[in-house]
Amino acid sequence: MSTTAWEFLTIYRREMIRFVRFRTQLFTSLLQPALWMAFFGVAMSSNFNQFTSAIPVPAGVVPVDYLTFMAAGVIAMTTLFTSLFGGISLLFDKNWGLMREMLASPMPRTHIMMGVSLSGITKSFIQVGVIMVFGALLGVRFFSGFSAARLALAVLGIFAFVGVFSLGFLLFSSALSMRLESPEGLQGVITLLTLPIFFVSNALYPVQAFPPLLETLSLYNPLTHLVNGIRYFALGDDFFAVGAHYAYTTADVFVSFAYLAVFAAVMYLLARWTFQRAVVT
Amino acid sequence: MGEEDIIEVRDLEHAFNGFVAVRGISFNVRRGEIFSFLGPNGAGKSTTINILTTLLPLQAGTVRVAGHDVAREPGRVREAIGIVFQDDVLDRDLTVWETMEFHGRLYSIPRDERKKRIDEMLRVVELDAKRNERTKNLSGGMKRRLQIARGLLTRPEVLFLDEPTQGLDPQTRMRMWDYIRGVNAAGTTVFMTTHYMEEADMLSDRISIIDHGEIIVSGTPEELKNTLGEDVVYLETGDDRKAREALGGIGEIRSVTKSPRGLSITISTDGSRCLPQIVDAVHGAGIAIRSINLKKPTMDDVFVYYTGRELRDTGV
Repeated sequence: MSTTAWEFLTIYRREMIRFVRFRTQLFTSLLQPALWMAFFGVAMSSNFNQFTSAIPVPAGVVPVDYLTFMAAGVIAMTTLFTSLFGGISLLFDKNWGLMREMLASPMPRTHIMMGVSLSGITKSFIQVGVIMVFGALLGVRFFSGFSAARLALAVLGIFAFVGVFSLGFLLFSSALSMRLESPEGLQGVITLLTLPIFFVSNALYPVQAFPPLLETLSLYNPLTHLVNGIRYFALGDDFFAVGAHYAYTTADVFVSFAYLAVFAAVMYLLARWTFQRAVVT
Repeated sequence: MGEEDIIEVRDLEHAFNGFVAVRGISFNVRRGEIFSFLGPNGAGKSTTINILTTLLPLQAGTVRVAGHDVAREPGRVREAIGIVFQDDVLDRDLTVWETMEFHGRLYSIPRDERKKRIDEMLRVVELDAKRNERTKNLSGGMKRRLQIARGLLTRPEVLFLDEPTQGLDPQTRMRMWDYIRGVNAAGTTVFMTTHYMEEADMLSDRISIIDHGEIIVSGTPEELKNTLGEDVVYLETGDDRKAREALGGIGEIRSVTKSPRGLSITISTDGSRCLPQIVDAVHGAGIAIRSINLKKPTMDDVFVYYTGRELRDTGV
């Protein structure tokens, strides 16, 4: 009996059983992004469209309405929230003593964090799928005029961005959960982090109009890069929204993806270091 | 250290932020026996079991379990042991079957073998009718049995049981004892911690009494009880301090210790022959006797004798 490379699937399986079994968690996690779209999205888009309708659209550039523009931001935000909270099950495992069963088993500890992260990515994928379908019903015009092949590529691209972004924050959340004592503490830290990450980004509005310091900060914000990726795949490489002209080159998108991949790699090392040193009795 | 020793502990020491929980203990557990650590809460039992099961890092000393050093080859130790934790460490929302399945997968038991063993273990602990029940709906005894089944799923060489019957009612406790004996009879070495005297006495081949991080005495239950002499006399008087002085002249008395209800007197010969002398001496000193009681030594007496206090009074 020796360990294989696949034990993390054991952790993954259990996390998914829990996800499906806790009906409230399942339900709220699907409802929350839909509510953002339905209330915030619709309310803001009627305002923004009014403000920006006066700004002339440059010739040859596709104009994008606000609801469609911010739908990419809602996908990113939902992924951020879900991922930042994704490690919390480890904190409960730790506090309820369940972690000891895993730590005393021959399974390498990295599998615990990878199993939890993989389940978090799956949950994000489900949420992103729900937002895209629900968004389409509300009038979000993603993938307009795309061929079937381009549509498939675009969806894959969005999921790749969501996956790698999500992985980074899930590993961070897992490491944090291993260090903290209480769910309240984790909640506090996460709330503190989500505000700057969410608002110092291009999720809801263009960063071009930010003061220089905030604009610079936003460029180092992983969320900005996630949103770039989603918009590139959903709206195309050249469009006009909220009074700003967006043009992405393939290189821009590659840089954004690479930035998120490096972020995830750094978080992997941090989480691995935390897990290897963790003592839970 | 002999080849039959499955656990070898030498000079084990462990401190938490300057508080020394375990002070240089050494002991061996022989293959095939039931070995108990008996002591009050906070004596160092859990710290020791956590080091032996690789949950706590080794600070000082050497520990070998199933032939492997816990510091150098923790992975090999983990493969060779099973653990039943002190509290009911079960995922409330998984079913009995899923709980076993999760554990089997953690240890990479191949699918067919896993299914076979889970069936077999659930039958052994009489939980096969509950296989689709979520663990939160099980009774205390069932939860503990499920944990035993889980601990045995990997066919460990040593099964660690941390306070296996804490919080169970007397009837369930006796059934647990039967299961533990059965597991041991099937060839698994059992290392157990407990603060129940009768549990250590009834189950163990050998016992180490541990208090304040030190092993105070080790031996078979019989040996330990015999070190106290043949019999113990419990005496309640009007003035225990004076009575103690009055007993000083009786040669057959090995020791007199204060117990919560009076004095407990260990006697090196037959107690019933010594009893009249005790009565005469105490009466002779003008002290009233409220009650007198003669008993063969129990593990409680052993504990009081070696630690100077009663285990039950240390709080649970």
